[in-house]
Amino acid sequence: MSTKERNVDLAKWSGPKRPYDLVKEFVIALVVVTVLVGALAALFSSPDDRAITLQQWGQNAPSDFVATATGELAGSTISAGYGAPYNTAAEGLNLGPLKIQKWAGVTIPVNPAEDFVLKPLKSSIDPAVPGAVATWNGASSDQQTKWASDYASAIEKAGDAASVTADAAYGPVPILTNALLHLAQEGSLDGLLTTQVTPLPSDFTMPMLFLADGAYFDDLGAKQHLHGDQWGMMNETGSYPGQSWLWMFSSLYQIEPFKSSENADAQIFFVLMLLNLGFIFMPKLPFINRLPRLIPFHRLIWRKYYKENNL
Amino acid sequence: MALLALSLNGPAKFFNWGFISVSIPNLIMIGCIFVLFILALVIPFPTHKEDGK
Amino acid sequence: MATMWTTRVRRATIERIDPQDALPDNQPSYVASWIYVFGVLTLAALAVIIGSGIWLTTKGAAWWHSSSVGHYVNSVHLWAVEMFFVFMVVHLWGKFWMAAWRGRRFMTWVTGTFCFLASLATAFTGYLIQGNFDSQWIATQAKDGLNSVGIGSFMNTLNSGQALLLHVALLPLAVGIIVVWHVILVRKNGVVPPLDAKEIAGGGK
Repeated sequence: MSTKERNVDLAKWSGPKRPYDLVKEFVIALVVVTVLVGALAALFSSPDDRAITLQQWGQNAPSDFVATATGELAGSTISAGYGAPYNTAAEGLNLGPLKIQKWAGVTIPVNPAEDFVLKPLKSSIDPAVPGAVATWNGASSDQQTKWASDYASAIEKAGDAASVTADAAYGPVPILTNALLHLAQEGSLDGLLTTQVTPLPSDFTMPMLFLADGAYFDDLGAKQHLHGDQWGMMNETGSYPGQSWLWMFSSLYQIEPFKSSENADAQIFFVLMLLNLGFIFMPKLPFINRLPRLIPFHRLIWRKYYKENNL
Repeated sequence: MALLALSLNGPAKFFNWGFISVSIPNLIMIGCIFVLFILALVIPFPTHKEDGK
Repeated sequence: MATMWTTRVRRATIERIDPQDALPDNQPSYVASWIYVFGVLTLAALAVIIGSGIWLTTKGAAWWHSSSVGHYVNSVHLWAVEMFFVFMVVHLWGKFWMAAWRGRRFMTWVTGTFCFLASLATAFTGYLIQGNFDSQWIATQAKDGLNSVGIGSFMNTLNSGQALLLHVALLPLAVGIIVVWHVILVRKNGVVPPLDAKEIAGGGK
């Protein structure tokens, strides 16, 4: 770029001008956009699929509920083996030597067996529960895991928690998980999981982590095409447009090496930060900052100017 | 208002091409961007008389 | 007194503003394309977003689930956001192909990219506080991404109260400040001249 050219870009324009009413332009734009958006809203409305409750989960998919509660006791669910910020059950994701997830620390402590199952059961009126809880608490952690894992396998084998035949090998786990199912079905578990800190909740970490551990919630998302590997990040429930501006973010989850990577979330976040830096500093990037000259859309934009000045 | 609304609550259709899968409503929004960009370049802008400074 | 802080601030701000630059009633003759209206359209969409957002805010987070007026205002808020992003991307493409960062306008580009990124975060928190299946789904999915890089230890997507406050207070303030900064830079530097306009430009500032 020549010095002369740069001076032109810097200088206050001394060439021909024409009247241009910025305020009027803004007001017209505001009226046009208000009418357009008002019409789109009237025509298409907006999506509002009702939130899923633990009660619905218990009523519509009782076996999945019991299997998930059993998994919490066995320590085999996503939440139970998560790591930071909920617990220390795992290292979490890393970027090579950078274990950022672990380093950020446990700031939202969640002990799934305790928080999702045993604490809410204190409110159960089932007479068998206090004894079952005492048996559970009195056992070694190896014994607890064995009971719960054996019951989980039995449910999987039977295909349905209700058709598993009673067996002492499962210890108190069937009593605990079925009592929890009743709490969910009658609607009290939703409240019990949100009011542990304050009776006026605004934090849904506990019920949402529990709900997301089950297959019921996951399947509802898959049906609506919302999974990460379905480009779900961009999608919305129903036939509404979603966050299409996340196309780049979403696309990275569909391609290798991220698609099959266990650390995809962290790696994609890192790649995205790099791309964002590129976006911010685009005017300084060699070649890319020459593109506007190489592909001359500007000849169209300023065609009147170039024509009048024989350029 | 609800009476006016066309129902978009049914399941979306998807455009699939290789590993790409875009919902039709998203595709329409993205299409709008391209169409508006092209139209903005092509349609002549009404200009008043220059003040000839 | 030149050493007074007040004097210095006045000189650095108000005294540097030329009213003709701040609110000009004319533009260089090359400003003659529909591409130029997309910046203003983006601002107009933002105004509709803020207006409908204030309406929703005064009524509370759950209002729109039970009121047909509320649902309509929510729809206006959603479609204004969709339009906001459409207009902003057209504006962005226009500025890219004009190489509008020329002539010390790099910071204008940078503040524009900040507007875009801050808007993504604001839209995201908005999706979290709808109080429906969509927000449950987005919260449970997005937590893994944020947790994986440690952000989740400070910003919990499953905490609706936190997302609500970020969405209605902190993030709109951030977007607002960046937008104002962006517009001030645009007005201060003027509209970028056409590429290779050297022939007829003249005079210095």
